[in-house]
Amino acid sequence: MTIQQTDMATYNFAYLDEQTKRMIRRAILKAIAIPGYQVPFASREMPMPYGWGTGGVQVTASILGPDDVLKVIDQGADDTTNAVSIRAFFQRVANVAVTTHTKDATVIQTRHRIPEETLGKGQVLVYQVPIPEPLRYLEPRETETRKMHALEEYGLMHVKLYEDIARNGHIATTYAYPVKVEGRYVMDPSPTPKFDNPKMHMSEALQLFGAGREKRIYALPPHTEVVSLDFEDHPFEVQKFDQPCALCGAEGVYLDEVILDDKGGRMFVCSDTDHCEKRREEGHRGPLAAEAPEMQS
Amino acid sequence: MSDQPLLRVNAVTKYYGGRIGCEDVTVSLWPGEVLAVVGESGSGKTTLLNCISTRLPPTSGTVEYRMRDGQMRDLYRMGEAERRLLMRTDWGFVHQNPADGLRMTVSAGANVGERLMAVGDRHYGKIRAAAGDWLGRVEIDVDRIDDQPRDFSGGMRQRLQIARNLVTGPRLVFMDEPTGGLDVSVQARLLDLVRSLVADLGLSAIVVTHDLAVARLLSHRMLVMKDGHVIEHGLTDRVLDDPQEPYTQLLVSSILQV
Repeated sequence: MTIQQTDMATYNFAYLDEQTKRMIRRAILKAIAIPGYQVPFASREMPMPYGWGTGGVQVTASILGPDDVLKVIDQGADDTTNAVSIRAFFQRVANVAVTTHTKDATVIQTRHRIPEETLGKGQVLVYQVPIPEPLRYLEPRETETRKMHALEEYGLMHVKLYEDIARNGHIATTYAYPVKVEGRYVMDPSPTPKFDNPKMHMSEALQLFGAGREKRIYALPPHTEVVSLDFEDHPFEVQKFDQPCALCGAEGVYLDEVILDDKGGRMFVCSDTDHCEKRREEGHRGPLAAEAPEMQS
Repeated sequence: MSDQPLLRVNAVTKYYGGRIGCEDVTVSLWPGEVLAVVGESGSGKTTLLNCISTRLPPTSGTVEYRMRDGQMRDLYRMGEAERRLLMRTDWGFVHQNPADGLRMTVSAGANVGERLMAVGDRHYGKIRAAAGDWLGRVEIDVDRIDDQPRDFSGGMRQRLQIARNLVTGPRLVFMDEPTGGLDVSVQARLLDLVRSLVADLGLSAIVVTHDLAVARLLSHRMLVMKDGHVIEHGLTDRVLDDPQEPYTQLLVSSILQV
């Protein structure tokens, strides 16, 4: 008997028991029916601490089938600790195929990024959400924020943006940038950079958001209108980078800053590792590509 | 003043379990009129104010309000969304403690601008200009527009709270002890300001206070409350100069003479 078979016998498929999965699927269906609305659900203890993606893992576990191909990214990368361990977790408890290629994946669990490659029909993007309530830091009472959502009282959201402009001269919110969904609910797109906000708009993929500690699930069905909040005289705009990716030369993508030495040396590289590797395979080269270590297989 | 009341309070009663908060209060308020509710602590003034301003549902009785379209509407039969919209556009509520009425962690400008944004204003420059204008009208230096209220003195906070309430051009303002906790010179300036704003804007107001001097300065008419009941009701000058009820006589004679 292999180790894997032993482990499979210990757990139900995809770790959660079937009743729990049904409960979460019901919450997901409700969330899809009311885009942007936060549906409460009975979040379970997971074998990882809150804040590490317990919400995303539960959503993934509930929608995963034996034929799915799973990709997990953390800050855009397939090879960071959180991504590697969640991917390994589902290999052990569900024995599903995994990939790092965005286009091959049917389910992509993510923390902080949306892949650069446009997602297509049939793909599901699962976000790990730390704080689902966009009004939380403005209005601490949950009873009040729920009422504000119910009555569509969103003036407070603009107070936050007003403060940004008053203090910094521009809207300085760069991540968790609030959006309005289908002209109704204001939603926190999880701490993705605002660079990714336009990708949510009218996406062909299903987007699910799971917040484990806060026990909320919300969703954007395919082809949903997602508009970033702004002022008429201070319109929403995404971050711009003044140089291309140092490894693959890509422009118009989200870049990470990597410190190279203690003498001020630094490089900017794609945060989406799969996108960067694919471009390098295709022969694209950035200014520092020669100095970079050989990419791992 | 128009011949139609703006607000009609009919037999409003609030019980806290077996205790009386206020009982069987009937009063009307006309446009441009300032009504003072006076009485000692625990006499039901604030309970009455909260019942009228929809912050606390009464046990029985009705509160009707004339909407901008001239229709008289029962406030407790409106939907919650409409009631809350009314509260932040057509009404103002000035709390005794400014921290209850302000957002202490956002700038003065955003505090004033919040109501504008809540009713759909989406132009930063215009919101800021309106906020600056209102700060000037309540005598706060415009260069304090980006400071937080927690850096303001008590009197400034109270003036900021007033600006925040008046920016949407309300027709009715509720004030709960607006000068409570302020020293006398600051009180005098605040009263001056409120008086001129009420006169300039033609506001109606209900002012709850235990300070008869404040009531005399601000109000046209006066309700005297004791143990949850209205015991005397009339023109402010009449009530203060010729009190009829023994309790009112006691109250008036208790004013400190300096």
